[in-house]
Amino acid sequence: MAKELLKIEHITKSFDETVILRDLSLTVKEGEVLVIVGPSGCGKSTFLRCINGLETIQEGSIYLDGEKINDRSANLEKVRQKIGMVFQNYELFPHKTVLQNITMAPMLVQKKPKAEAEKEALSLLERVGLSDRKNFYPRQLSGGQKQRVAIVRALAMHPEILLFDEVTAALDPEMVREVLDVMLDLAKEGRTMIVVTHEMSFARAVADRIVFMDGGNIVEEGTPSEFFDNPQTDRAKKFLSTFSFDRIEKKDEYAGNPI
Amino acid sequence: MRNLGLDVLLKGTNMLRLLEGLWVSLRISLIAVAVSIVLGLIIGSIMTGKNVIIRAVTRLYLEIVRIMPQMVLLFIVFFGTTRVFGINLDATAASIIVFSFWGTAEMSDIVRGALISIPKHRYESAAALGLSKVQTYVHVIIPETLRRLIPLSINLVTRMIKTTSLVMMIGVVEVLKVGQQIIEANRKSSPNAAFGVYLVVFVLYYIACRPISFLAGRLERKWS
Ligand SMILES: Nc1ncnc2c1ncn2[C@@H]1O[C@H](COP(=O)(O)OP(=O)(O)O)[C@@H](O)[C@H]1O
Ligand SMILES: [Mg+2]
Repeated sequence: MAKELLKIEHITKSFDETVILRDLSLTVKEGEVLVIVGPSGCGKSTFLRCINGLETIQEGSIYLDGEKINDRSANLEKVRQKIGMVFQNYELFPHKTVLQNITMAPMLVQKKPKAEAEKEALSLLERVGLSDRKNFYPRQLSGGQKQRVAIVRALAMHPEILLFDEVTAALDPEMVREVLDVMLDLAKEGRTMIVVTHEMSFARAVADRIVFMDGGNIVEEGTPSEFFDNPQTDRAKKFLSTFSFDRIEKKDEYAGNPI
Repeated sequence: MRNLGLDVLLKGTNMLRLLEGLWVSLRISLIAVAVSIVLGLIIGSIMTGKNVIIRAVTRLYLEIVRIMPQMVLLFIVFFGTTRVFGINLDATAASIIVFSFWGTAEMSDIVRGALISIPKHRYESAAALGLSKVQTYVHVIIPETLRRLIPLSINLVTRMIKTTSLVMMIGVVEVLKVGQQIIEANRKSSPNAAFGVYLVVFVLYYIACRPISFLAGRLERKWS
């Protein structure tokens, strides 16, 4: 059995008085692709941000590789090198070229020689079909291209786990596919990933396990077919129903008789 | 051909005197600009902090500088301090103080604006890659802030250079004052001197400010 890579135990997160995540526990095994779905504002982004310490939690523990990472004593910079995160709005550095965006952290944080960092960046860019864009600035790229660069930038640090926060939500529909394909590819390769998404057919295709969150906690979890074909809770059913439309019934007088 | 009154400039050392006058203006503004940049960077950074008192004080400072005509500030510092505090301030020193006081306020506001225009996400995406706080500032935040800062601060510098023409009101003999002196001295022999001299002053200001605004335009296009 694959080892447990990330273990989250009873975490609670609140902003001021408002509790956002309450007593949430979750384990992710090495090589597992976990997809989190749930209504807007239920705390999915906050949850991902707690994992890599962008938000501090009030209670509970987070372990990566058996090591507790939410202690004051934990070295956040070390921890974050093992956790790659891709945001909804790309968040590339606007004053750096594609190549510089990718090589900056490996060179600064992991002290890789420039030549090595660039060689690796180029081969990753090749993989996502963007090697001809290496000297472009972010503003010269389309949304889908920016997001693929952002994924490469995270990969260049050789993280043990990747977090994706609605990475296609800001994209024009025709660019969604090229980004999802990159993620599918990473999943096939056996990467450990936590993916927050509203793309349900993608979720079904990529996930080993689906977690449904609502109101700051996990309401239901299961395999994609368990969750999508046979949701157990009313809240999950209601959530899933927002993605489908019932065939409309036309009144007789209009049937076959377009206005 | 019409007499443009340019002939006076060739008389004696008139052209040289005008250039010296220009240097007086430029020196005042360049010293004030240097002071403003250094203090502006410091005060501007402080202004983005959370301290309410500091924010109130700096906002008041900026408001006073914006409302007060530069000429009034010059008069207060030059005539006021000499009388009231018995400090013997020469006109050039008074000018440098006033221009630094003004420039620092404007520069602080530019720095503050540039800093707060950096989205919070920028800090987070750097942090998520494992960069330390210092690395984030040195490699991400400061380079981006400078890019946002430079066009506006260059604009301020040209405004400061232009405004130095006011310092003749407290007796500094700068380019405009020299020009007036030349016109006065040649009133009889070259009645048209006013046109020629002011035209040259205009050209001198243009030559002094043009490279700066040119640079600003270039940088703006490059970094937009
Ligand atoms: N920095 C913050 N301060 C206060 N409330 C916040 C902050 N960030 C998020 N929230 C609140 O936390 C809740 C969950 O937000 P989020 O994690 O972004 O949800 P999701 O990603 O599932 O849409 C929302 O109600 C949001 O308003
Ligand atoms: Mg979100």
